[in-house]
Amino acid sequence: MATRVDTLEPVPAPERPPERRLPPRDWARENLFGTWFDTVLTVVFALVVAWLLYRVGKFALVDARWEIIERNITNLMVSGFPREELWRVWAALLVLAASLGFGAGALAATRRREVEEGRGAPPQRASALRRAGPILLLVAVLLWFAQSLQATLLTVAVGLLGIGAYLLGRRVSLRATRAALVVLAGIALAFAVVVAFGGVGWHDWGGFMLTVFLAVGGILLSFPFGVLLALGRRSSLPAVRVVCVAYIELFRGVPLIAVLFMSAFMIGFLLPPGVDRPSLVVRALIGLVLFTSAYVAEIVRGGLQGVPAGQVEAAQALGLSPLRITTRIVLPQALRSVIPGLVGQFISLYKDTSLVAIIGLTELLSVSQNITKQPDFLAQGLIVETLLFAAFVYWAGAYWMSRESQRLERRLGLGER
Amino acid sequence: MLRIAFQAVFLLVVAIFLLYLWETATDNLRRLGIRTDFRYLRQPAGFAVPDSDFRSSQSLFDAVLVGMQNTAKVALLGIVLATVLGVLVGVARLSSNWLVRRAAAAYVEAFRNVPVLIIIIFFWLGIFLRLPPISRATEILDLVVVSNRGLVVPWFEKVGSGAAFGVVALVGLLLAAAAWLWRTRVFDRTGAAHHRVLWAGGVLLAVLAVGFFATGRPWVFQTPERGELATAGGFRLSPEYAALLLGLTIYTASHIAEIVRGSILSVPRGQSEAANAVGLSGFQRMRHVVLPQAFRISVPPVANQYLNLVKNSSLGVAVSYYEVTKITQVSISQAAPAVQAILVLMAVYLLFSLSIALVTNVINRRLTLKGR
Repeated sequence: MATRVDTLEPVPAPERPPERRLPPRDWARENLFGTWFDTVLTVVFALVVAWLLYRVGKFALVDARWEIIERNITNLMVSGFPREELWRVWAALLVLAASLGFGAGALAATRRREVEEGRGAPPQRASALRRAGPILLLVAVLLWFAQSLQATLLTVAVGLLGIGAYLLGRRVSLRATRAALVVLAGIALAFAVVVAFGGVGWHDWGGFMLTVFLAVGGILLSFPFGVLLALGRRSSLPAVRVVCVAYIELFRGVPLIAVLFMSAFMIGFLLPPGVDRPSLVVRALIGLVLFTSAYVAEIVRGGLQGVPAGQVEAAQALGLSPLRITTRIVLPQALRSVIPGLVGQFISLYKDTSLVAIIGLTELLSVSQNITKQPDFLAQGLIVETLLFAAFVYWAGAYWMSRESQRLERRLGLGER
Repeated sequence: MLRIAFQAVFLLVVAIFLLYLWETATDNLRRLGIRTDFRYLRQPAGFAVPDSDFRSSQSLFDAVLVGMQNTAKVALLGIVLATVLGVLVGVARLSSNWLVRRAAAAYVEAFRNVPVLIIIIFFWLGIFLRLPPISRATEILDLVVVSNRGLVVPWFEKVGSGAAFGVVALVGLLLAAAAWLWRTRVFDRTGAAHHRVLWAGGVLLAVLAVGFFATGRPWVFQTPERGELATAGGFRLSPEYAALLLGLTIYTASHIAEIVRGSILSVPRGQSEAANAVGLSGFQRMRHVVLPQAFRISVPPVANQYLNLVKNSSLGVAVSYYEVTKITQVSISQAAPAVQAILVLMAVYLLFSLSIALVTNVINRRLTLKGR
């Protein structure tokens, strides 16, 4: 054991030196032309960057023929989803916006109260507009291509509902677990809105909608398995440990595409005769969950290892049963610290869902390849436009989430003992 | 007692579950008339592998081996290139020059947040396959020929016997090792600067240069010649290989850059200040104080990126580069039994992953500070 004396006060964050505001000329001398080497670097980089910006800008604004995206924006978003049922997608978006806004608002209220009572670190200042930047940019681009008044109005409605629910949530104040339950209920309800009552089953889902569904469904289903595997890996029973380690290392040692091949080709053979093979979407989801669980397990294991041994010992001294120690003492502390890691895993999964295109699902990437084969656009080299569009959609989501996760990490790090 | 009973029951349940899967699978396969053993690997493959000597009459087992070779070919070069690019970008992110710093940050944020599959497919469909045909190919400085058939770069053409040169190379290696030991001993005895990398490298290069001319120049450097329908000489990177290599390199480099940056930042500032206090120059401070410590921190996460790169090389399947996953996919479509073929594929990747993990664990153990 370390002999260092633990202080009870939170360690104050290292103070940043105040930003110096330099006049432009001094700023440039300090940051661009400090030495002759710096000057050479600046000139070379300026030329290269300017040339790149010129080429990219000219392509995006002048040369690119974005008509293929404009005409296929619905295809890219939902692919084969029946068009007369599209209202269900909008309804689901409204439900999602309401639950996410409410949950976020309730959480923010709780956080504010904690800060007022002197627990928890004050939030970092960042304007909401700046934080939501990538998402707003994504929505703007999508609406620009959609060129539809109806879609614009509905999007505004979704946004307003989200903001309204946020403000409502601010008055309620829920603990993190309750807020998460509200969001989960919203996701389940949104799913039901699309599927239930003569709705559209997931074999007809496609496009960006399928991408998001696979990512969200994948991480939600992987979470319980991952927690169980992590607990198993830390178990004192050798048999349990060996089985869990074998599973984790097996799935972390093979690429996702091999796991997807396995679930696409093999699941049919593993079912007893008479049972129908599940649809390809389900098989892909199973593959993603098998794969992601192993990674979630390793992240959760890191959190479990971070719980001080004294916590378990204290709980044992109080006479709690092993089950209660795990569920009441260890897991709550461990899971709190693994949230940034889980967000990181979710970002990977979100990007990795593009791999289901290889086994034949029509998610965003495969739609963006397929539409270049339409008679109107065939053999015109429009793949550059469609792939750039798909890359932008992925980028906006992943960049936004990674920035938010960094914020979260800083805040959790600050609030830690 | 209870613990043992519980473990026994647990193992039994797992075993029964696996056995049940195995039984259903074999039952189902037998009913469909599909074989359940691994002897299919001896059948002729029935497909050829582009850019290799593999003929379709060779066995599927050989095809898997060729696939492994191709995986190694793209993964090893990718690891080298991604490391070089990643370290450069990572250091650039900490540059005191604003423009350099921001450009490096833009690179990292642009490529880290896009699926690697899109990057690879973009290079393949969006760039390499859209290049002009060979008859109108671009030649860069008369050295590299760029066309929709790939990149042709200058390469060494073997004209004489390599055996004699091989002996010379071996002698050179031995002499270099001797020089290394000698300089180390001098350093231990007198404390004078050892410069053993310079010494050993210099000896090796000198011996190789002398040996190259002494054995009658067994290789000549050949630049590719452009013809109407094909190129002669040089080494051709197929569009598929080039796209996969570039995509993996650029994507992985953006991740390695973040690790490098984080490791350099995590070296305590007191170390730099101490280096300044004893009068080291900026370069000496980086070379002898900061980088060695940053390197030690960065080994495990960078090793993880190497593993990811090897696993991501399986995306060659999307651009028809015949690495082991593409070979598996093709052989399944050519009536190889899917279940066994996928099991073989997973075994191959486990082999790759475990061997890389083994090597990096050894390195990591040697680098870890003792007694902490």
